[in-house]
Order: sequence, then structure tokens, then C-alpha cells
Amino acid sequence: MKKLLEVKDLHISFHTFAGEVQAIRGVDFDLNEGETLAIVGESGSGKSVTTKSIMRLLPPGNSEIKAGNILFNGKDLTKASEKEMQKVRGQDISMIFQDPMTSLNPTMTIGKQIMEPLLKHQKLSKQEAKERAIKLLDLVGIPKPEIRLKQYPHQFSGGMRQRVVIAIALACAPKVLIADEPTTALDVTIQGQILDLMKDLQKQIETSIIFITHDLGVVANVADRVAVMYGGKIVEIGTVDEIFYNPQHPYTWGLISSMPSLDSTEEELYVIPGTPPDLLNPPKGDAFAQRNPYAMMIDLEEEPPMFKVSDTHFAATWLLHPNSPKVEPPTAVKERMAKFQAKQANSLKGGE
Amino acid sequence: MTEKLLEVKNLKQHFNVGKPKEVRAVDGITFDIYKGETLGLVGESGCGKSTTGRTIIRLYDATDGEVLYKGVNVHGKKSSSELKEFNQKMQMIFQDPYASLNPRMKVSDIIAEGMDIHGLAKSQKDRAEKVYSLLETVGLNREHANRYPHEFSGGQRQRIGIARALAVNPEFIIADEPISALDVSIQAQVVNLLKKLQKEKQLTYLFIAHDLSMIKYISDRIGVMYFGKLVELAPAEDLYRNPMHPYTQSLLSAIPLPDPDYERSRVRKTYDASQHKYEQGEEVKMREVAPGHFVSCSEKEFAEYKAKYIV
Repeated sequence: MKKLLEVKDLHISFHTFAGEVQAIRGVDFDLNEGETLAIVGESGSGKSVTTKSIMRLLPPGNSEIKAGNILFNGKDLTKASEKEMQKVRGQDISMIFQDPMTSLNPTMTIGKQIMEPLLKHQKLSKQEAKERAIKLLDLVGIPKPEIRLKQYPHQFSGGMRQRVVIAIALACAPKVLIADEPTTALDVTIQGQILDLMKDLQKQIETSIIFITHDLGVVANVADRVAVMYGGKIVEIGTVDEIFYNPQHPYTWGLISSMPSLDSTEEELYVIPGTPPDLLNPPKGDAFAQRNPYAMMIDLEEEPPMFKVSDTHFAATWLLHPNSPKVEPPTAVKERMAKFQAKQANSLKGGE
Repeated sequence: MTEKLLEVKNLKQHFNVGKPKEVRAVDGITFDIYKGETLGLVGESGCGKSTTGRTIIRLYDATDGEVLYKGVNVHGKKSSSELKEFNQKMQMIFQDPYASLNPRMKVSDIIAEGMDIHGLAKSQKDRAEKVYSLLETVGLNREHANRYPHEFSGGQRQRIGIARALAVNPEFIIADEPISALDVSIQAQVVNLLKKLQKEKQLTYLFIAHDLSMIKYISDRIGVMYFGKLVELAPAEDLYRNPMHPYTQSLLSAIPLPDPDYERSRVRKTYDASQHKYEQGEEVKMREVAPGHFVSCSEKEFAEYKAKYIV
């Protein structure tokens, strides 16, 4: 598999009146061709900042990339000029935002908005662009595209609007699609349709997707790989099976345990105690230590490095250090791990 | 679970009546809420679930039908003292913790406003004490009383909204999507808090949501709404084990679960109201398929559902 996008040791800070907020504190990940990488985490964990920095959509006044590189096809986007970035946005990398209500221009027809990137990037004639736009609307499942093209965003429902936003994002067949909570504002049934649509389109035009969400159900549905972010860092990354069935980081355990399953009957939901770290003064050691029931002395002193669990699975927790004591993960996680082991044993047998 | 606290009878809420734009947001729904239970109401946006909640608490005047609270009609003409009494017993928690708190009021005044109106605080000191204890009940500190809403996070604001609802010692709380705007980890905190309060204060909830996994967790019974009508009403466990109405089935099949293996095999069912192929003259109404399990269906479907029901 070819690496399409490499983010290396990214540090981003915001300068505020209160001081420097270290929103991203060393993020590393790769995006392979044709895969879907989901990024999960609480609000404020830096999911959106990471992806916005790839598109360079962060406010130029107060944000600063302190260190690190974003390599897209070998080219460093952190050093690209604004003019070069304009060529990248919409053409090579495009983005779908959470709220379809605010990401469309209410004073322009849908058609004009879809044609915009086509005219700008692909230098199509107006007539060609219009034909493409009709095809795109048809592709994202909007009936009567010829008529719909002349309508304004307010004439569409929320789900239809998100389809339009997807059509715009896909207009130039980008290599990377960043979807920032694209279904959070939608109903479950509409969410299902949009997720199916995205997966379907991904196969057709072979894009890679970075999918940001805090809904673990959606992650299980769309992702090939999952990165869990906490306090401006990736604390665990692995394939979707590894993260859901063999999670190693206590924060991932907390996330998984705090969701009620449809057959759970427990009296109380698990709650991760405490609040996210203050990134104005990031804590010494592991940022999660304060809220971590498994925290050890070393967690307060030194940041854990990424420990390797398998070739594709890494987690930043001292629990994986050979010298650390064995701990019992929460019940919900243990059940999942048992399933994972059974599955692996099965696949080994199958391989023989 | 025997005493009926609230009876909703054939409630209708139409907007723009008589105009071409007439919207039948709620179109004849009937259900009861028993004392001490949590009734969940689910459905897609625009199905009328929020309107139902708002009409019950008299934020809208019902077009038709009635809402009886302990046998007394909520709607209709009331003297201001009667209305005040009713307002004290029934409270609401709103969806958006950003829009539902006045940004220019201090937290202590937001929480105490209801107490002031109902004259529940004997003195300034008593008022402050009550505010402090409410803040502690919902897991905030007494220092928070003198702050303004913008100084709080979403989850904390929702707690303030809950404290405000609790301030007048209500018996019945309508929670309109109280957790939809919050992060997963915060959702669990708020849900745990609501459950704890229910136990301590014997509260009754009408819980409106579109998140089906959370609603199953908190509710005793669940009503499913579709286009202003109730299509299924059943005990929570039963609804998930035995969804009868095709719309309920489609809704349940749409929830993504945090389990990749399940997700790979999940098949989404679609629902179209025309699939029932009701003939003219066929009576479609709520029928009891199993004890406590009501489904909107015709006579013919009723027989099918009964046969399909797994005990």
C-alpha cells in the first residue's frame, strides 16, 4: 500500500490572550491509498485542528505550526505558499464539514456551488461544468438533478444538503477526502444513507478518507484504521478490529465502556472521571494520568512513547512497558478481548 | 407503576391551520405515562416528538385532544394561580445548553428564577443555600453560582439546565434531547445524573431523543413516532427484541454499533409508508400485540404481528 499523506511530529499552537494553547502536541500518522482512517476523541482533543491544518484552514492570525511536516505525495504542505494551497484545496484534498446548513452559501444556487471547483480547477467550460454537476448530483442520489441544480440550499432538507456538500467535495475527484463529523447533525436513518453513499463513492473514485467523529458506532461502520486522540496527541492507532477488540490504552477502554450497548443492563454507565487536560499548561507526563484509574508513578513524570502491539497497532501507555504490572481492563473490554483472541485463533487455524 | 401521572388522549398539534401550508406536526397520539417511569420518545427529526413534548407542557396550545395531568386537563382556560401550580409540577430540560440559558444572567439567578416566581425561598440566605445544594446535586460547585453561562462547557451548562428544572421540586420532567449536543463521555455523565435524580426524587421523565442506544438504556417504555403519529409503544427491552412495526425495524437497523463485526454484516432496512398497502376502509389503529406492546396496524397485520411475536 502506498502512503498518500504523512503527518510527522506535528505541533500546532494557538496564541490567545491567556497564553499559548498547545492544541496539537506531536501527531504522527500516515494515510494509505484507498483507505479510511477514522480519528476519534473528545471535543478539544485536536481532531479538527489536525485535519484543518492539512488543508491550512486554521486562522492565520493566531495559529502557528510550531514543528512538523505534512507530506502529501512527497510535498510538504506546511511550507507550501497560499497559491499552491489553493491548487490543493478542492482538487487534491477536499473537506466535508459537520453542518451542511452553514457550509453552503445561502445566496448561491446549488448548481453554481458545485460548478465552482470544476471551473476553477479543471478549467471546464460552463456547459461542461453544468453537465458534470448534474452527473454529480445524480451520483450522490439527488432525484431530478436538472431542476435541483437551480435551487437554493434552503430548499433542501438536512440530509439532501449534506449530499450536495459531498457532491461539491467530490467534484474534482480528490485523492483525499476529509470528513469532519459529516453525519453528526443528521438522523440515524439519514446517517446510514450518507455513510453508505460515502463508502460506495470511495470505491468508485478511489479516494482515501479521513473521517472525524466521536460516534464509535460510525467508526466501526466506516473505518479501516482508527486513531484515538487525547490532549493533542494520538494515544492509540490500529486497525478497526484491533482498536475495538484489543484496545490497549486506558483512554480507549474508557471510551468503549462509556457507551451503552444494546444488550447492556448495567445500572450505571461507566464515566471517565475528571475533565480533559488544560492545553494552556499541558500536564507533565501522560496527559491522561489524572483521569486514569490505572495510572502509575511514571505516568506523572514521563510521557509514554508509542509501544508496538502489532505491525499495525501502537499505543502510548506505560502499561505496555515490559516492567509494568499486569492490570485488569474493564469488563466490557475484557469481553471484547476474549472475542479477539478467539477470532485470531480461528484465523490461524484457517491459514494452516 | 400503576398510577397514571399523565394521560395524552388523541393529541393533535397543527400549525398554520386552514392555510395551504398547514402542518400536522402531531396528528392524534395517545399514550399514558405512569408515575416514576421514564417514557422514551424516538423518531426522526420532523416527526413531531419535540412538538409533542412542548404541547404537553403547554408551550403550544393543542389543536385537539387533551392532556390530563393527574386527571386534570392541562390545556384550556386556567386562572393564573392554577397555571402557576401546574408549572411548578412540570418542568423541561432543553436540547441546546447554549441557547436555553440567558447569557446575561448569573447561574444563581438562572437557577433561582423559578423559586422566586413560586415563592419557594424564604429569605435571601435560604435562596442561596438552595442554589448551592442544587449545584452540588448536579455535580457542580457552589463557586459556580456567581458565574455566567459562557464560562461553562456544554456538559456543565446542561447540568445548570437540570438544576434549574429541579429548583421548583417538580414531579414530571420533559427532557427534550438533553444529551444530543454533548460528547459521548459527557453524555454518560448526564444520563447517570438523570437516573440518580429519578431514584432520589421519584421523578417521572418523558425523554425525547433520536439516539436509540442511549434511550433504551434510560427508558422503561419507548414510543416510536413517525410523521406525527405513534407507530409503536412497548417496554424498552421488548421493543428491541421484538420490533413489530416496519418503521421501528428500519430505525433499529440504522443504528451503528461500536462492533466492527456486527457492522460488516448489518443490513439497513428501508421504510416507506406505502409498503403497508392499506386498503380503503381498513382501520389502522394502535392494537395490543402482546401485553403492553402496542403497534399501529390494520386488522390483517395485527394477526400477522401476533403470529410473529416471540415471547
